[in-house]
Amino acid sequence: MIAQELHDLLKTTFGEAILEAKIDGVFDPFVTVAPDRIADVARFLRDDDRTQFDSLMCLSGVDLTKGNLAVVYHLHSTKRNHKFVLKAVVPAANPRVQSVASVWRMADWNEREAYDMYGIIFDGHPDLRRILMPDDWEGFPLRKDYQVPEFYNGMKVPY
Amino acid sequence: MGLLDQRFENGNVLITSVDSLLAWARLSSIWPMQFGLACCAIEMMATGASHFDLDRFGTFFRGSPRQADAMIVAGTVTLKMANRIKTLYDQMAEPRYVISMGSCSNCGGPYWEHGYHVLKGVDRVIPVDVYIPGCPPRPEALLEGLLKLKEKIRREHMILKQTA
Repeated sequence: MIAQELHDLLKTTFGEAILEAKIDGVFDPFVTVAPDRIADVARFLRDDDRTQFDSLMCLSGVDLTKGNLAVVYHLHSTKRNHKFVLKAVVPAANPRVQSVASVWRMADWNEREAYDMYGIIFDGHPDLRRILMPDDWEGFPLRKDYQVPEFYNGMKVPY
Repeated sequence: MGLLDQRFENGNVLITSVDSLLAWARLSSIWPMQFGLACCAIEMMATGASHFDLDRFGTFFRGSPRQADAMIVAGTVTLKMANRIKTLYDQMAEPRYVISMGSCSNCGGPYWEHGYHVLKGVDRVIPVDVYIPGCPPRPEALLEGLLKLKEKIRREHMILKQTA
């Protein structure tokens, strides 16, 4: 399916949960989905015979600045051989997104990384804890307003 | 036995000091601990392999800190790893030596400014005897660092009372 058809399909199926779409940009076409509906949309895209998105290629966190964070999902169907991008935008003050780890198993560690770096909370994740940074690390390093701590466990951090 | 090979006719007696003998024995078999942290470890492995052949200096890697004389910190020391390195160093028996290999473990290397997760030099957690510059250093540089460490050990006194 081409991007416009995918968008129309999602719009008719989920209506209000599809917030925004950019189909004809220079980048990959994407739709923005309400963060509390993303798992439903993901499950539909995986299971529906017309879409069959059986592979989540990449799940990324983004700091959009101006108080917003985002999660970006790059999907690929190995059966239909088409691609699509989903986005979920959340306020940095309360960054909660539905987990898609139950839809695509590989989202598990990707979501843990997004949590580790950006502090995005994935509701329904089976084991949401830091994956790269030490467990006792404070703050989320890839946020734009992140300040490097002066000390960690008695070790000076800045040069 | 190299230098001494078949040089003596009768008696086989050599005169030396105990300190020199001990130092010679220690510097001739420096066993580093076997672990690597990043790309420097690849060069360290190359140094250990047949082409550069670390074994000819009496140096080969041991899997346990209890059996190791030296620690070659080969690679980026993250803050997460720094605690473990400190523990491993504490587990080594004295006398123990540390070779800091490469820019990262010397001073943080390319992560010196924006590496929020990198310790800016392993000498912030353990004392370092020899620093080897490079990113990563060639095997020749690691060998040079090892020879420098040997010179340091050769000048040490284990038995002689320290007067200072």
